[in-house]
Order: sequence, then C-alpha cells, then structure tokens
Amino acid sequence: MLDIAVAYNRYKFLGEEFLTWLWYVIEKNQTLLKNFDQNFVALEVGNRIVFENRRKESAERITIKGEGAGLEEGVLALKNGAMVTELNMIYRSAELVWQFTLKGESLNISSLSIPQTDLPESDEDLEGYLLEKLFLYDKLLQFLKFFFAHFVKLRISNDWQGKEITTIRKWIHSS
Amino acid sequence: MSLFSSTVSITQYNVQGKLNSQIIDTVADGLKKHTISDIDQQVSDKAVGWTSFDKPFQPDFRGSSFVYGNYFVFSLQIDKKNIAAKVLKKHYTLEAARRMSESGRDYLSKTEKKLVKDHVQNALCLRIPATPNIYDVVWNFEESSLWFFSNLKAANEELETLFSKSFRLSLIRIFPYTAADISSNLTDSQRDELQKISPTPFVS
Repeated sequence: MLDIAVAYNRYKFLGEEFLTWLWYVIEKNQTLLKNFDQNFVALEVGNRIVFENRRKESAERITIKGEGAGLEEGVLALKNGAMVTELNMIYRSAELVWQFTLKGESLNISSLSIPQTDLPESDEDLEGYLLEKLFLYDKLLQFLKFFFAHFVKLRISNDWQGKEITTIRKWIHSS
Repeated sequence: MSLFSSTVSITQYNVQGKLNSQIIDTVADGLKKHTISDIDQQVSDKAVGWTSFDKPFQPDFRGSSFVYGNYFVFSLQIDKKNIAAKVLKKHYTLEAARRMSESGRDYLSKTEKKLVKDHVQNALCLRIPATPNIYDVVWNFEESSLWFFSNLKAANEELETLFSKSFRLSLIRIFPYTAADISSNLTDSQRDELQKISPTPFVS
C-alpha cells in the first residue's frame, strides 16, 4: 500500500469524482441505488453542495445552500470544470430518514442526524437504546461503503471511459 | 462528541493487526492502563486518556462494562487547561516586577524571564480546572472497523496515538484511497488499475 499521506493527497480526486458522479446518480439513476438497500426509498440532495474548480489559476470555491440545493447553479459550476467537494444528502429507507454531509477528499461524515428512537426509560434500557443507535449508524455507513465500492469498480473499469463519463457529460451539457 | 447527540461527525478507521487471545481482557487492560488521569490541582495543562461511555467522569473498565453486542464502546477524553494570553501576561508582569524589586535590578536575564514564565504558568495551572472534551469510540472488533465521533484533526491524532499505545494495533483512516484499497474488496488486477488512474475531466 502507498504511504498514507501520499495516498491521501494523490487520491483526493477520487472522492470528488465520487460525489460528482453521485449527484448525477441522484438526479438520473435512482434505480441503481436500490441494489444497495432492499428498503431503499430515495437519496436526495440536502441543504448544501460545495464545488471547487481547480482548473482556474486560483482554485475557486462555490457553496450552494438551501433546502434541495439548486441544480441550475450547480450544473453551471460543473460546466465550468468544477467538481463536487462536499455534498449534504437525505437518505430515506423504509420510513426512516438520515441526513448528513459527505466530504470528498476525506470521506468524513458531518452534520449526521439519524432517525429518532424512543428514549430509554431506565438504566437497564440503555444497552438496547445504544444498540439501536449503532444499528442506525451502521445502516448508513454500510450503504455508503458498498456504494463507494461499486463506484471504485466502475471507475477503474473500461466502462468508465467508454460509457459512464460520456453519459455524465451529456447530462451536464443538457441540464 | 457523543453518539447520542442530535447531529454527529464520524471519522472511520480500519483496525490493523490482531489480538491473539482473551480479547476482552486485553482491551480492558489497555483501557485501564491509559484511563484519563485527573489534572485538576496539578501543574499539568493537558491529559489524554480513555473514559467510560456511560459514566464519562467516573471511568470504570471492570469486567465487560464496555462491551455492547458486537461492539466495544468507550470514549476518548482530552482535558486541557486554557489560560487566556491576557491573564498570563498580567501575572507574568506582576511576578517579574516583584522579582526585580527583590533583586534591586531593573531587568531580568533571558533565563530568569523563562523561569518566571514557567512559574506563572504552573501556578495558574494549579488554580484553574481542566476543560474536558469527550469523543465517543465504537470499535467493531470482528469487522476490524472503528468509528470515532469527531472530524477534528487534533482529536483524531490523539486517538491514533493513544490507540496504538494501548492496544498495539494501528488505525488506518478511511479516505478515498484506503476505502478503495481496504474496504472495496478489489481483486489484484483491480488494485493494479487503482494505482494507475488519474483525474477524469467531467467536461470536455
């Protein structure tokens, strides 16, 4: 394996490509997401998208905030060569809802809220309450893990250059 | 940050290495040996150690108190005494003036200035209580995965150092490369491809 610090910097782009591709999947290919969760209902853009354009001399950072953060301004940023560097999302599975922000370069998760659970009535109930919380964290993290693994396999396959990237470019230009 | 908070941050890790036997006892020993120590009314300005998840200010790792289902759940505590620069300056000025008056000189040497600064800092540290910061840790031993409930760089670095000291296991942070290499179940040829890839322009 590569040196960790070298690998972090060298592969930052992989996380940003993942988020940019993920945004495309959210907009155009929700059925793909059903493969990773039997009870999948939807994955939506939440209240914040951050873009960074390193094609320009001085890297440009654009933040779009607000519920259902805007498609139009975002696509314009993509047309100018920007990539998604942070994405706030709402994940719905059965009747449960998670909201969180995923950062491309680190895959760190922040502002994560998980579905509400009933508060424990006594100390004896604490273990059950904790295990329920852990199950809810795990469900989201497993979903992201398998979905990222799917992306990586697609990214290193011939289908990426041959098919996927062409479809994404068409989506960017036609939006 | 507590995993019971309404919103949380998570940094994910892969745990590298294995504990040979008596896993719960070995983990309990590591937690006990590196339990947070109380630095109130002491000269130290910082302490880092483990504490119990359910009773953070009364750490107790007896038995299997940190085992919940398939998880080991405990917390990292970082205690720090923060002395405001202006408070430090005030007490330094007063102490320096007192020492000059005692010696009959109107100056202090470089070494004396440093001694005064250390003395003032230690005296203040004895008087002020440490501010505790607690970050929860969830370790899935069977999956070799660990969740740390903070994205703060300093807290993550303290976790990595203390974890290695306590259990002689290392933590590899999950970021795009390690998520691909460790967690994506790639074949050898896919790993070779991963080494070769470079950024794709999404617009032509």
